[in-house]
Amino acid sequence: MSILIDGKTPVIVLGFTGNKASFHAREMIAYGTCVVGGVTPGKGGQTHLDRPVFNTVKDAVRATGATTSIAFVPPAFAADSLMEAADAGLKLVCIITDGIPAQDMMRVKRYLMRYPKDRRTLLVGPNCAGVISAGKAMLGIMPGHIYKRGNVGIVSRSGTLGYEAAAQMNALGIGQTTSVGIGGDPINGSSFLDHLMLFEEDPETEAVVMIGEIGGPQEAEASKWVKENMTKPVIGYVAGLTAPKGRRMGHAGAIISSTGDTAAEKTQIMKSYGLTVAPSACELGSTVAEVLRKKPGQRTTG
Amino acid sequence: MDIHEYQAKELLSGYGVPIPRGAVAYSPEQASYAASELGGWHWAVKAQIHSGARGKAGGIKLCTTYHEVQEAAQAMLGKTLVTQQTGPQGKVVQRVYIELAEKFERELYLGIVLDRKAERVRVIASAQGGMEIEEIADRSPDAILQIIVDPAVGLQPFQARELAFGLGLNLKQVSRAVAAIMGAYRAFRDLDATMVEINPLVVTGDDRVIALDAKMSFDDNGLFRHRDVAEMRDLSQEDPREAEASQDNLNYVGLDGDIGCIINGAGLAMATMDTIKYAGGNPANFLDVGGGASPERVAKAFKLVLSDAKVRAILVNIFAGINRCDWVAEGVVQAVHAIGIKVPLVVRLAGTNEREGRRIISESGLPIISTDTLAEAAHQAVAAARSQ
Repeated sequence: MSILIDGKTPVIVLGFTGNKASFHAREMIAYGTCVVGGVTPGKGGQTHLDRPVFNTVKDAVRATGATTSIAFVPPAFAADSLMEAADAGLKLVCIITDGIPAQDMMRVKRYLMRYPKDRRTLLVGPNCAGVISAGKAMLGIMPGHIYKRGNVGIVSRSGTLGYEAAAQMNALGIGQTTSVGIGGDPINGSSFLDHLMLFEEDPETEAVVMIGEIGGPQEAEASKWVKENMTKPVIGYVAGLTAPKGRRMGHAGAIISSTGDTAAEKTQIMKSYGLTVAPSACELGSTVAEVLRKKPGQRTTG
Repeated sequence: MDIHEYQAKELLSGYGVPIPRGAVAYSPEQASYAASELGGWHWAVKAQIHSGARGKAGGIKLCTTYHEVQEAAQAMLGKTLVTQQTGPQGKVVQRVYIELAEKFERELYLGIVLDRKAERVRVIASAQGGMEIEEIADRSPDAILQIIVDPAVGLQPFQARELAFGLGLNLKQVSRAVAAIMGAYRAFRDLDATMVEINPLVVTGDDRVIALDAKMSFDDNGLFRHRDVAEMRDLSQEDPREAEASQDNLNYVGLDGDIGCIINGAGLAMATMDTIKYAGGNPANFLDVGGGASPERVAKAFKLVLSDAKVRAILVNIFAGINRCDWVAEGVVQAVHAIGIKVPLVVRLAGTNEREGRRIISESGLPIISTDTLAEAAHQAVAAARSQ
């Protein structure tokens, strides 16, 4: 098992025929992702990467049975495209685009609330590396080969720091079920909490690494839920101990602007809710290993 | 992106928020001329810098003659103003705003922010304006009124009315306050702002409601659809290196340490800085070169990092996903040849084609310290900076 996607999940690519989308669609197909087609308004009827192109998401869903999509749509058109995807009934949409206005994302999230919970699209991103279920399928822009099959889930705001965690774990023989990048924007489609809930339900996942950063209340909210509901161990880390107040650190959402936003405060909150926090980014792997060692009856490699 | 008070007022005024009459001046002569043009007997001369708390730092002066206006402007222009919000380096005053001074009876607070927890817009008001909102929150949290706006329909007049009555205004004042609140909200929404702060929003003896001060910040991601707002950017208010970096689409933030950092990805960049600190050193900067670290970008990144005279060692940490380590390695080697880097350089390459990348570094014959892991890279960089 894994969460969100596996090798059988039928995927369509939004903004399919663009350069970036084509490059990553090829990579995803090579990794084993079941890419069944794509959408570019005005190019419906064409074939791209041996797969059909559609004018609308609804057309694509009707013809291919896709349940999931990855969006490479320029910032100005991203909100519209996400609402279209939600309206077409896709279960999961991963949005890679960096630079979407925050108020657009606010409206998108409000729009999603129109649908009852069991038919509501789960959005991953924006400004993220995507989702990968190790050895099965990739819905993102990460280097697939750095992930190895195993039993630890990763959920991270940062893309490259997620890679770093996976590499450190691999070096110690610890593989991953699924790695999710939720993105660095102030308003995310889905939060740490959404994915921790899925990892908790996934029988193969034995522990989860949650990699946060400065800015926003998400890490605290997720940690509280871990304390109250999660049976599996969660290893935490928060980047940005050396980040100055009030300065935007690369990600639109990585800024210390109110109480609880600093890495020190978030680390403290994680600890107070019983998470094991890696003392530094170079000890992500070793901290996971230590937690797994203490856990009875666990398997590590895959 | 931040803008000046006079720019924020100009924008808000366009949305029906009443402001005092005023004019911007770049010289003392212009300032006194502006005062004579505005008419009246009392003027406020206000230093235009991207910071609040200017009053306590001597950035606001009340004047009663043209001569006083000229002198106040003379004293402010070209000076570096250090406020509680600027940091010790302060900000240089290059413009002053001359405003007709208004007599008022009450000072209120009005703020509009993007609330990350609610993922909605939050409107905040308080009857105790004139001090920082944090101070109000500390002293009397009950005095803060708040409204969360549904993005599907926007702020409704009844919500603004609720705030206005909550502030204890009389009927005449309420209708004017509602117009000001609704206008400020429309400006926030239409212009992709992340913050509008009117503090104080004053009530005059004849029941007018006026924005005496105004601050606005904007979502950088929204600027593409607001060219007029984007043009208000004042690079003189930003760190010159950060401004230069943004021209090259690099994310740079200057810090106080001595280890220069060049990293791909914002999260990894912050984590690398933290690891340097953990290893006993201090990072000189945050710098995210982004996904496609081409040789040109790497060269620009080196120049930027080296423009900080405090830098005594450089740490390059690239976890290659889309790009490849061999490509980055070639970029580093080319940059070192082209720029002639005098400080120790530690390079850590991981991810796609890492072996090939490391081979290129070791075979270049350059004095580059190549490491495999983040921990080792941080330790080597700290040791190298100390040995300088």
